[in-house]
Amino acid sequence: MNKVLFSTISKKFIMALAGLFLLMFLPVHLAVNLMLLKPDPEPFNKAARFMATFPLIRIMEIVLFAGIVIHITTGLIIQIQNWLARPVGYAGGSKSETSFFSRYMIWTGASIMIFLVLHFFNFYFIRLGLVPGNPDDFYTVAHNLFSIPAYNYIYLSCFLLLGLHLYHAFSSAFQTLGLNHRIWTPVIRIISLIYSIAIPLGFGIISIIIWKFR
Amino acid sequence: MKLTLKIWRQKDARAKGRFVTYELDDVSEKMAFLEMLDSLNRKLVESDQEPVAFDHDCREGICGSCGIYINGHPHGPVPAITTCHLSMRYFNDGDTVWIEPWRAKSFPVIRDLIVDRSAFDKIQAAGGYISVNTGSAPEANSIPIPRKNYDNAFDAAICIGCGACVAACKNASAVLFVSAKITQLALLPQGRVEARDRVRAMVEKMDELGFGNCSNTGACEAECPKEIKIKSIAAMKREYYKAF
Ligand code: FES
Repeated sequence: MNKVLFSTISKKFIMALAGLFLLMFLPVHLAVNLMLLKPDPEPFNKAARFMATFPLIRIMEIVLFAGIVIHITTGLIIQIQNWLARPVGYAGGSKSETSFFSRYMIWTGASIMIFLVLHFFNFYFIRLGLVPGNPDDFYTVAHNLFSIPAYNYIYLSCFLLLGLHLYHAFSSAFQTLGLNHRIWTPVIRIISLIYSIAIPLGFGIISIIIWKFR
Repeated sequence: MKLTLKIWRQKDARAKGRFVTYELDDVSEKMAFLEMLDSLNRKLVESDQEPVAFDHDCREGICGSCGIYINGHPHGPVPAITTCHLSMRYFNDGDTVWIEPWRAKSFPVIRDLIVDRSAFDKIQAAGGYISVNTGSAPEANSIPIPRKNYDNAFDAAICIGCGACVAACKNASAVLFVSAKITQLALLPQGRVEARDRVRAMVEKMDELGFGNCSNTGACEAECPKEIKIKSIAAMKREYYKAF
């Protein structure tokens, strides 16, 4: 059974499922962030409180964390095995035509992970009481952070990297699940492109508006 | 034309290899790549040096033994051909050509440009067959096969097991090869019967031999001399999921 659960196909399957689940979470988060643009802090704070207290969402939160942990762990195992599979590289380089960003998934993924840690320090850990701050007013926390230029630079570059990660991730997950179709695969690629531009752009624009115009 | 060749030389599996530079100044564009290597070897032998060892057999693109990594591409920069079909007219006077063996933990170098590809045989032996006595050739129309299955099975069956997919993949993954062998049989009624055991056994063997995982980069598809597509990998995955 172990050989099956940890086979190359199963590992990729698990990573893809966890990844697809994380893909569904991003638009929800983006929708909540849109409320940051309102001059009134109450709607955003209410949404944040709702997220923190509503039981169903608490359960989803655990699932979400599991998703992140599983995605990162399988991704790391896969990457390490991949490095071990070619101990000596090519002096003439590798000039094969490939889906470009697929080569850098571990690096784009690692940068997103570093951002997540930062993100948790700024918000999630405040709620858990691990870091000082007012968990009832994340609106102000966010606005204060976005008024720091350095934070914006980090924030924006992380979303750029997220976009690159998503561009390969989205369509690749379907191939991993065994879906490769004459008509649907090109359609999935287009949706993948739109998604990987729209989501980071959405988050980025919100931060820029607050940074420059508030 | 004049060429500078940077060729990987390695005495045996345990020796430390290195690149050796050779200059050739009378390469004709009418030569095949392997003939160019033959001409180099003739010179080396005449001057009492060890010739460069490389694998080849049919020299007509069907045996799959002539895998050489040339200038960043398995089987050289021209798509859909094997090294033995590569013509020197694709090179220019004054070019430097990097000539290396396949690089993968599962394909150890035996000597110079020759690697041990027996890992593929082991995967094949784990289940890439139909275990019934097929007897003499039956009447072709007695088992109806849908045209689509026939076409797809044939597209997979033309895999010559050269290992270019492993060589091209940044992860040295063998999934394109394994998927071709699995789908070829799974699509036909005679092979269908053992499809479940076959996919499990062959994937398990591939893992055991230390090949990498698939990152869906598509490098294998771009380099396969027989143009096997990654939709075959998706088909193998479906077979694997179905096996439970
Ligand atoms: S020598 Fe047989 S395929 Fe090239």
